[in-house]
Amino acid sequence: MHWNSFSDFIAMGGYGLYVWGSFGVTALVMILEPWLVRRRHRLTQQRLARQLRAEAKLEQTP
Amino acid sequence: MLGIVTHTIARDLRLALRRPADLASVLFFFIIVASLFPLGIGPELELLRQLAPGVLWVGALLATMLSLPRLFADDHRDGTLEQLALSPNPLGLMVLGKVIAHWLVSGLPLALLAPVLGLQFDLAPDALWVLTLSILLGTPALSGIGAIGAGLTLGLRGGGVLLSLLVLPLYIPVLIFGAGAVDATVSGLGPGAHLSLLAALTVGGVAFAPWAAAVALKIALE
Amino acid sequence: MSKQQIHWFKYSAPSTFYPLAGRLIPWFWGLFAITALAGLWIGFFVAPTDFQQGEGYRIIFVHVGASWMSMFIYLVMAFWAGMGLAFNTRLSGMMAQALAPTGALFAFLSLWTGALWGKPMWGTWWVWDARLTSELILLFLYMGFIALTHAIDDTRRADKAGAILALVGVVNIPIIYFSVKWWNTLHQGASVSLTKAPSMAAIMLWGMLICAIAMWMYTIAVALMRVRSIILERERHTDWVRELLASR
Repeated sequence: MHWNSFSDFIAMGGYGLYVWGSFGVTALVMILEPWLVRRRHRLTQQRLARQLRAEAKLEQTP
Repeated sequence: MLGIVTHTIARDLRLALRRPADLASVLFFFIIVASLFPLGIGPELELLRQLAPGVLWVGALLATMLSLPRLFADDHRDGTLEQLALSPNPLGLMVLGKVIAHWLVSGLPLALLAPVLGLQFDLAPDALWVLTLSILLGTPALSGIGAIGAGLTLGLRGGGVLLSLLVLPLYIPVLIFGAGAVDATVSGLGPGAHLSLLAALTVGGVAFAPWAAAVALKIALE
Repeated sequence: MSKQQIHWFKYSAPSTFYPLAGRLIPWFWGLFAITALAGLWIGFFVAPTDFQQGEGYRIIFVHVGASWMSMFIYLVMAFWAGMGLAFNTRLSGMMAQALAPTGALFAFLSLWTGALWGKPMWGTWWVWDARLTSELILLFLYMGFIALTHAIDDTRRADKAGAILALVGVVNIPIIYFSVKWWNTLHQGASVSLTKAPSMAAIMLWGMLICAIAMWMYTIAVALMRVRSIILERERHTDWVRELLASR
């Protein structure tokens, strides 16, 4: 362990901005992308289910 | 076999000559782009001489691309393309003919015009020669690669912008060796290596691109 | 042989692949979590400070993985595209389309982290080095693929046109890379030489490798999630999708 304190860890020996800028944006992308993909999947399922129900209704009413 | 190629070239040239305004607009585009750069940068001859190879080559690149959307579009609209695709002759040869015709009405005039524009940038005579030669050698590859893009985007809305998005990254090697040849002449290194590589790109591009473009056309026509 | 073929074709049918992908996704997320934690732990707490670059070199743990993945995903995408062209399997085109956005994101991350690494090390955000320039062009190629496949409404044509573009791109990537490299060596005066890699301790290499594996697992998980959406959208008129939606 070569970090003496938490602030030491954040400072990254003076490179904090660059190191955390890299890891931060990477983390952001790797959180946002799955979230968006999940959302798309949910919305697709809802939309298709709604269409299906509408079609079924249309068939029932003569 | 060769008959299809020459027949397509003759036919496309006839069609192109029937509408000389299209040809002229490509050339004027090249002239205007090349003339805008000194106005944007400033009139220092030393700087212009350094920028000339890149500017003229990028201008030629964009001008070649300008006429690409029309490469197959007219034949597609009047149904000729579908007939050609159904005929027993290999579609790749027809595309090869169209690529050569496209080069004859865009690449060749651009190459002949380039040295005149090079004068605006105060290029030395030997650099002007190499500029012409490099554009002559490089533009067939541009027409070939462009045909793939034109086939892929055939009939799509907004096809023109999409076409440039697809094709420009693939043009980078041609740009590098083409502008590099002129650059090397200006700096006294000699353009030999660049021109050979440019010729290799053109041979490869003209040999393979028509077949890829033919597959793209068949998909677009399905 | 014939048994294996049946197996293969069974899972290349969207109706069987959809539930299979759904079952696999949590496993890949789990593997991702384990490898990511291990990689970050090695990267931040085990790997020693670099004697040349100080703590700044730790960007390597995310940068190298992102660069590898951006290139590797393009190859995998082109592989699926080629499979789709050759065997006319529906799933191949969907896989290619599911991979492209993730590949583009990794290309972006590679450029972003590269810039943040370059600033303190070479004093500039960007140099026209062969590797950086090629990565930028790779991002353009991804953008072209995504733009083309989204511009075509007919999914069959979109798959095939995208496949040709991806294959043309794969043929061109080495040509582009070597031309940029050649161009770069001729203009060496203006740029910084990046060929000398910092001497790397074995533990740094391990951290890098594990982080790259984590990104790999991430890619598989996200691509499987995305391909499930694509399958649903494209197969919405089939019976199995109707049953699936009705049972919800």
